[in-house]
Amino acid sequence: MSSEKPTLKQRYDRLMLKHGRVLVIGLPYLWLMLFFLIPFLIVLKISFATAEYAQPPYSALFTWIDEGVNITINFGNYLFLLSDSLYISAYLNSIRIAAISTVITLLIGYPMAYGIARAQGSLRSVLLMMVILPFWTSFLIRVYAWIGILDREGLINALLLNLGIISEPLIMRQTEFAVYIGIVYTYLPFMILPLYSTLEKMDVSLIEAALDLGCKPWKAFMKVTLPLSMPGILAGSLLVFIPSVGEFVIPELLGGPNTLMIGRTLWNEFFANRDWPIASSVAIAMLLFLVVPIMWFQHIQTKQEENGQ
Amino acid sequence: MTGKRSTFLLSALVFGFAFLYLPILLVIIYSFNEGKLVTVWTGFSFKWYVSLFSNDGMIDAAWNSLRIGVMSATLALAVGTPAGLVMSRFGRFKSRTLFSGMVAAPLVMPEVITGLSLLLLFVTLEQLIGWPAGRGVTTIVIAHTTFCAAYVAVVVQSRLAGMDTSVEEAAMDLGAKPAKIFFVITLPMILPALLAGWLLSFTLSLDDLVIASFVAGPGSTTLPMKVFSSVRLGVSPEINALATLIILAVSVMIVISSLLILRSERARSRSMDQATPEN
Repeated sequence: MSSEKPTLKQRYDRLMLKHGRVLVIGLPYLWLMLFFLIPFLIVLKISFATAEYAQPPYSALFTWIDEGVNITINFGNYLFLLSDSLYISAYLNSIRIAAISTVITLLIGYPMAYGIARAQGSLRSVLLMMVILPFWTSFLIRVYAWIGILDREGLINALLLNLGIISEPLIMRQTEFAVYIGIVYTYLPFMILPLYSTLEKMDVSLIEAALDLGCKPWKAFMKVTLPLSMPGILAGSLLVFIPSVGEFVIPELLGGPNTLMIGRTLWNEFFANRDWPIASSVAIAMLLFLVVPIMWFQHIQTKQEENGQ
Repeated sequence: MTGKRSTFLLSALVFGFAFLYLPILLVIIYSFNEGKLVTVWTGFSFKWYVSLFSNDGMIDAAWNSLRIGVMSATLALAVGTPAGLVMSRFGRFKSRTLFSGMVAAPLVMPEVITGLSLLLLFVTLEQLIGWPAGRGVTTIVIAHTTFCAAYVAVVVQSRLAGMDTSVEEAAMDLGAKPAKIFFVITLPMILPALLAGWLLSFTLSLDDLVIASFVAGPGSTTLPMKVFSSVRLGVSPEINALATLIILAVSVMIVISSLLILRSERARSRSMDQATPEN
């Protein structure tokens, strides 16, 4: 009896060891499957439906008829996206605006990240904190702050008019320029943080060696610092580029009525036109384009994770 | 040459931080302006704060948002902590690529796509099994938990990656069970990360407009939805006052949490110093 007890206990422990692992993996796995992965399949399904005056407002894809399932797939939504120049130009516009904003964010963020990484001890953590702090304050309010600055009756116009530099108020809000400012402003911390973490880890002696060997500082930067910080540049750029392609709030609040961006188009199809199937096909088309940068981002993340260990 | 470089870096930092902070500062200053216009300073006044607090719609929305934030942040911790643990301590397993993909993708997924896909899921589920019946606070909490859990997982994972595994290994060698190791050793060590993850999730939930707009129902208007509908028309002094209060709350929260993290870090390094013999 007493000799069997430990083996039973051991067996139980081994079971827990085996299934405990499954349990720990299982909870987040199931949650993300159900609420992240499966929803995309449903979007895909509904993008093949047609809009109907019903609740919910789309046609059924699968109908049960005596002999089996009848599948009605309708490619019309995608053909419609291709035939209407509005959608194509919204896609191209989003990609262009996101790409230009990413480059500006990189140009502002890189020297800042470099400066923070080279700062001394406690100053460095204060500066880093100052980069993170705006990220914690409301995104909506940070976009809103620029309305008051860029508006026709806004601060910049008031200042310039009072100084006599301009005689007519400049139109800055409701332009593409305002959208660039909005994206650069709100996404800057996302660029600085990954850049900082690669620059901080970098071995300074490599640059010193290059300088000692007679390399010009600018050349040392181009040949040593820049290539070594590539993972940070890529991670930061993708963190800015991918979400800003689908950005809705910034073009809606700062852009003009003809600043077409695909996130805004999707929103309008869904909320204003109540056309769920078209909104779904816009989402799928956006995803198809973003799959490559998203996979790239994940690849960088896993590589960094492996290097870190 | 180095002088030139540091001048350049210094001016980049000054310009960058001015760019980050001036707009917020202006919102705070103008929240105390008596006049309705942003450009003209007519005098110091608290009147927009008074009118903010007598705006019932705004107060109801704020209450909704706080409730949703607390619930989502807590659930996100429950889902995200095991995810972070799996990513950093479980090595390779079948479908790990899919798992890490599902953890990382919500971080960059455009919000309109996440919002639309979750709404369609809820509608389909309601048709199939009758749950969730209608949309409201529950559906917003589920949606927020999903994307906040990804953030929690990343925070927990990076904390675990920077942590020495020797204590956990020693406990394992001495025959402690994995669950016990987690609760007695790992959990106390990642506590600062959990606090940071909870606060991050709470603020992300409090801040979200797009996803909430898709999955909200009647009676579950959140604060960002309310703010968005009034801001669409232009600057409103009441929103300046609200923004100031939010910024104040966030700053207080950040200072307190960083003090707590600093203190626990110091206590930990002190006990580590006592535990390791001098060499």
